[in-house]
Amino acid sequence: MADFPEARLHVVSGKGGTGKTTVAAALALALASGGKRVLLIEVEGRQGIAQLFDTPPLPYEERKVAVATDGGDVYALAIDPEDALLDYLHMFYRLSRTGVAARTLRRVGAIEFATTIAPGLRDVLLTGKVKEAVVRKNSQGAHVYDAVVLDAPPTGRIARFLNISHEIGGLAKVGPLKSQSDGVMAVLRSPVTAVHLVTLLEEMPVQETIDGVADLEAIGLPVGGVVVNAVRAPLLAPADLLAAEQSTLDRAALAAGLEKAGLDAPQALVDSLVAEATDHAVRVALEERGRDALGALQRHSYELPQLPDTVDLAGLYELAGLLREQGMA
Amino acid sequence: MSKPKKKPPVFDVDATLDTAKILVCTGSGGVGKTTTAAALALRGAERGRRTVVLTIDPAKRLAQSMGLTELDNTPRRVEGADSAKGGSLDAMMLDMKRTFDEIVVTHAEPGKAEAILENPFYQALSSSFAGTQEYMAMEKLGQLKATGDYDLIVVDTPPTRSALDFLDAPDRMTTFLDGRMIRLLLAPAKAGGKAYFRVVSTGFGVITNVLTKIIGAQFLQDVSQFIGALETMFGGFRERAQATYDLLKAPGTAFVVVAAPERDALREASYFVERLAEEHMPLAGLVVNRVHRSNGSHLGAERSVAAAESLEESGGGHELASAVLRLHADRVALSAREKHLQERFSGAHPGVPVVEVAALPGDVHDLDGLRAVGHDLAAGTAAAVPA
Repeated sequence: MADFPEARLHVVSGKGGTGKTTVAAALALALASGGKRVLLIEVEGRQGIAQLFDTPPLPYEERKVAVATDGGDVYALAIDPEDALLDYLHMFYRLSRTGVAARTLRRVGAIEFATTIAPGLRDVLLTGKVKEAVVRKNSQGAHVYDAVVLDAPPTGRIARFLNISHEIGGLAKVGPLKSQSDGVMAVLRSPVTAVHLVTLLEEMPVQETIDGVADLEAIGLPVGGVVVNAVRAPLLAPADLLAAEQSTLDRAALAAGLEKAGLDAPQALVDSLVAEATDHAVRVALEERGRDALGALQRHSYELPQLPDTVDLAGLYELAGLLREQGMA
Repeated sequence: MSKPKKKPPVFDVDATLDTAKILVCTGSGGVGKTTTAAALALRGAERGRRTVVLTIDPAKRLAQSMGLTELDNTPRRVEGADSAKGGSLDAMMLDMKRTFDEIVVTHAEPGKAEAILENPFYQALSSSFAGTQEYMAMEKLGQLKATGDYDLIVVDTPPTRSALDFLDAPDRMTTFLDGRMIRLLLAPAKAGGKAYFRVVSTGFGVITNVLTKIIGAQFLQDVSQFIGALETMFGGFRERAQATYDLLKAPGTAFVVVAAPERDALREASYFVERLAEEHMPLAGLVVNRVHRSNGSHLGAERSVAAAESLEESGGGHELASAVLRLHADRVALSAREKHLQERFSGAHPGVPVVEVAALPGDVHDLDGLRAVGHDLAAGTAAAVPA
């Protein structure tokens, strides 16, 4: 049984540089595995999904990008705020996407205005489109997507991005925008949603994760799991780690070992190997502290290894398998 | 196709610190931009320049190390910077909303400032408009420059998804203020509220109808009141945006692009370097942070792994040596991967001076740590040019 049985919208956030797009893509593959249909969405216009899956840039259109293990399809969508606005107008006001009104709106800069200038509106449009994909049903009344994974803005902005009713509330107290944002908020606050945070075992990402959880809890959004990315297993035995950290590593034993292995063991090589071991030990100790701090959050937690090379499609499948093994999907 | 692996020129950080008037640190999120900005500023100050560093969103402990305990939008002296050479270091954190408020108070017509500050649209715009942070950072830069108190201003840029946003912000603000949309929204303020819908031409009628549907009449009214009140300041805004933009092109300004030796970060750095060239803005150099070096590099990864294997097969007794050898192999491989990514960057941008900063096991959160980073930043040239 997976850890989030009710969740159909998985929001993946994380500090910049922690690999949230990679984790979002791996989670989408993991959720799709076994014949499910999953939509992976990005909203920041960086085409990170296309790069990961090695496909041409994504249009504003749901496109199949991968087939999961044991069947199952991952679709991807890059939401552009301008298209989302026209989509919204089309859906609610039957305004043609290419008609005179749409063109005029573009011409006077209304779309630009509405999507980049009017604060909050952009986020309502983006999350509105995400919500639409989550609740969309086919003619048999079944959900079109078994799950939706959102590659969301980074931790520093995630609470504000998702707390759209607050952002909009001060501006539009009644009216269609208000009801739209209320509808989105209802889905985001329900158990259908789980907001996962990706981190590294480094000081700043760990701190941002802890702050992010607090921010999300404060506004009543369902926090999901913490995904610790790029974990490297300590190579030294615990006693040696301690010794390396305290600069009391047994240099003679090391030199003897090097000689036994048929290597010249000049002082300089021993010195640089000891220095590398010390760096490693200091980092492992810091990582342990980070792990403890994250443990105090008492959330489901998953660890993904540092892959030896830049993540490619094979790497994504590997990460997806690991997420499944650990119960995230 | 074989590319010559010519080494890129070395980024002479000290020479830049001694001559630049403004240094703008840019790069994608999570590459250590703020730390680099602080380390550059400290080194500049200790080399004798009156320096200020404008940070956007520093980690709590880094901020504390510089004595920044609150976001008060005023430069504060950093105690502990060595002033023996006559320099000094001030630091400040940007308070976006307060900077915006100050502009309004300074430039609005008498009596109008309050109406603007209380307008809900203004309140939302000043704290959450995408780009406000960038614009306000530029604004603050202009203000700091105007004080004449500093020889060197080091600016950290906001943690945007793309480093390019920083350059686009002033233009976006100006385009916004010049846009037809604004004039459309100004109509009701001028005509007095509801007359709006009668006054506007039929072409615009469609649009306002749609806008009212989407946004709601109340919202539209707030916006147009706000814009009406703000109108008197438009000229000022536009001039200021232009002035800061010009400042970025002025002699004495230089950009420092910060990256980590990773694919995404270096790609962002590439985009930014290209953009600077297009805009004729001066690039001082690229700082590659968090580089893993290996000193024992004459012992290659493969030989190291083979040696570890032979020890493991020979039946134990040398666990330490085999673990250390495996560690070394990982390190050498990582180092090679990073080098390859950097070579790709330099192959595409052969003229861009580069300096590397070694990866630290932990984060920097005191002046000594910043000093050490500064030393590392300058060491590239120190090594290349014998003293």
